[in-house]
Amino acid sequence: MIGLEHYIIVSCLLFSIGFFGVLLRKNTLVIYMCLELMLNASNLALVAFSRYNGGMGGNVFVFFIITVAAAEVAVGLAIIVALFRKRQTVEVEELNTLKN
Amino acid sequence: MTDVFFYIFSTVALAAGIGVVLSRNTVNGAMFLIGTFLSMAAIFVLLEAYFLAVIQVLVYAGAVMVLFLFIIMLLDVRESAAKKTSVYTWVASVIGLAILIVGTASIVSADSIKTKAAALPEPSGASLKPFGYELFTTYLLPMQVTGFLLLIAMIGVIALSKKLNTDGSAK
Repeated sequence: MIGLEHYIIVSCLLFSIGFFGVLLRKNTLVIYMCLELMLNASNLALVAFSRYNGGMGGNVFVFFIITVAAAEVAVGLAIIVALFRKRQTVEVEELNTLKN
Repeated sequence: MTDVFFYIFSTVALAAGIGVVLSRNTVNGAMFLIGTFLSMAAIFVLLEAYFLAVIQVLVYAGAVMVLFLFIIMLLDVRESAAKKTSVYTWVASVIGLAILIVGTASIVSADSIKTKAAALPEPSGASLKPFGYELFTTYLLPMQVTGFLLLIAMIGVIALSKKLNTDGSAK
């Protein structure tokens, strides 16, 4: 029988995968995709909690998260395109103007 | 039967997630991400959140990923040699992993989580009517704020993608 803890474990594993993608990859686009992965993992946890508690709140919250994530992707990708126009790169290692 | 589907879809979601992180080619990574989103939608169906499953497919696997693929195509990012990850990053990763493991273990082992599986309440997110009702009564203000946020995002994207002259005026 699948219980709440199974969903939570899957959600945590997916979050960890996204977390390590953000930490270890250098390409801004891949980092962005890993951020989406982490958002989705939290969505899964919220839907599972909502289902097992019998409330509506988690589902509505996931709805808002999806909306905000879509807006975030649009703005973030516009920033990446503007950055690429100016610097001709999307590697985070080369974007260190503020560092020194 | 539900158990089998849960294991299948969660395995696909996790494997595709690993594929996103490990694939060298960005387009392959985006395809793996679509796989993750679709199997997440299937898990939402197993949790009887049908509306969210549809939204997940439409917004995430549809709109967001098309946007991603568009940008990947537009930028034409070439493969760069893998640079060495700094020791700070490795230390941070190990600490982060340890915290995640402790957090997961403490959540899963909590008594309130274990007892939940016994009595499953009626599915609340199944039909659209209570969803819309909640959205326009209890969560009316967040709904309006989200709408406004989308407007701001649209204006921001237009402002960002406008080409500017050196003196800052629009062309």
